[in-house]
Amino acid sequence: MALSADQVLAGLAEIVTDETGIATDAVQLDKSFTDDLDIDSISMMTIVVAAEDKFGVKIPDDEVKNLVTVADAVNFITSAQG
Amino acid sequence: MTKKIVVTGIGTTSPLGGNVKDTWKALLAGESGVRTIEADWVAEHDLPVTFAGQIKVSPENVMEKHELKRLDPSTQYALIAAKEAFEDAGSPDVAGERLGVDFATGIGGLWSLIDSWEVLKEKGPRRVYPLTIPMLMPNAAAGNISMQYGAKAGARTVVSACASGTESIVAAYDHLQAGLADVVIAGGTEGVVHPLPLAAFSAMQALSKRNDDPAGASRPYNTDRDGFVLGEGAAVLIIETEEHALARGAKIYAELAGGAVTSDSYHITAPDPEGSGAARAVMDALAISGEELSAVNHINAHATSTPVGDLAEYKALKAVFGSRIDEIPVSATKSSTGHLLGGTGALEALFTVLAIHERVAPPTINLTNQDPEIPLKVSGEPQPLGDGRIVAISNSFGFGGHNAVAVFRSYE
Repeated sequence: MALSADQVLAGLAEIVTDETGIATDAVQLDKSFTDDLDIDSISMMTIVVAAEDKFGVKIPDDEVKNLVTVADAVNFITSAQG
Repeated sequence: MTKKIVVTGIGTTSPLGGNVKDTWKALLAGESGVRTIEADWVAEHDLPVTFAGQIKVSPENVMEKHELKRLDPSTQYALIAAKEAFEDAGSPDVAGERLGVDFATGIGGLWSLIDSWEVLKEKGPRRVYPLTIPMLMPNAAAGNISMQYGAKAGARTVVSACASGTESIVAAYDHLQAGLADVVIAGGTEGVVHPLPLAAFSAMQALSKRNDDPAGASRPYNTDRDGFVLGEGAAVLIIETEEHALARGAKIYAELAGGAVTSDSYHITAPDPEGSGAARAVMDALAISGEELSAVNHINAHATSTPVGDLAEYKALKAVFGSRIDEIPVSATKSSTGHLLGGTGALEALFTVLAIHERVAPPTINLTNQDPEIPLKVSGEPQPLGDGRIVAISNSFGFGGHNAVAVFRSYE
């Protein structure tokens, strides 16, 4: 069953915390991965790989550059599930 | 002009304890850090050796979850030891351009390499952890320490198997003598208590097989010694010029008087049976330190508990010191810790520094039937080193024919 956007956000925030140590509650929809959360490109890939595993979706390499904000990632994962 | 070089901070996480205090206390008490490995993979692979000197305190107790995930165990141990040492040195306020790193490992990030290989085979390339390479590279510890402390005067890595840790101390000495830094974070680490090295070292008949008596397995100088015991952990020394240490009012444990490295050019794993490369390393190191042979009054021996290696080292020492060798208090501390490979020389350098500072040679445990061919002055009890000036050497030898010796002495 597909997860809701809220559930995806919560799951994504857990991944970000596990990979980078950033507090879960800092991972909010309007935050930019690079500018606000200070996540570098390799760390972003660790998050992408973990998200693919956790949500059972495929996030193509070409798509990763479009995931600027947390909302971009949540939207992509939510629709990719369906 | 030769500078005086001193040790101002020490740190470790070892099979005997998660810090210097606990490790040293356990060492002097004659404890063993060697235990049966409590992991499913021992039975799963039907390993011929079922014990090791695993670190006493897991990094999970002292590091954040995301750090554990992004750092190989060998780098985790290195950072834990470096933190203790740097703080012990009073967190020196030194310009980054004058702070160096000379670190060591024998093997590097083996767990990270093999874990990622398993993922590749089972799940394909897309699932391979993107940080695999920076986790497995042998310079990972040096690079991470450099980042942690802002060290910009070069972060180098020595890889010379079991001589690595001592060679990193020698490298730090050279680094400082050359005027390239004022302070160096030096040390070594290893974290490969993993089924593959246990199987591979067993295959070459290098490991003790005393599965029914792990604590008694590392028994250097005994007639029934049957191989070394794999250990893990890290040790770090903060080494700096006397001038810099005095200017900031640092406490000084001992002087690093010199060190030297030689190579056997004989056999990829076996030591030269006469120990001539090892003997040259001792003589070269003492020459650099300006010490006479007669001044040496403590030795931390390499003494891994292998039938061939212990005897070759004794012959080398006898060739250098003559019959007086049998009167010098020697410590074979691998009897307690096992063999930390690339970390071992750093841990033994730390023990040598403390032996000088505390005026006591640590015990050599498991001595029940000392080999008559190796009549060294070793004891199951701590041996007092007297009130006078102490000059001590710490030896390490590695596969590849590497010999490294560091000389420490009382700071005056």
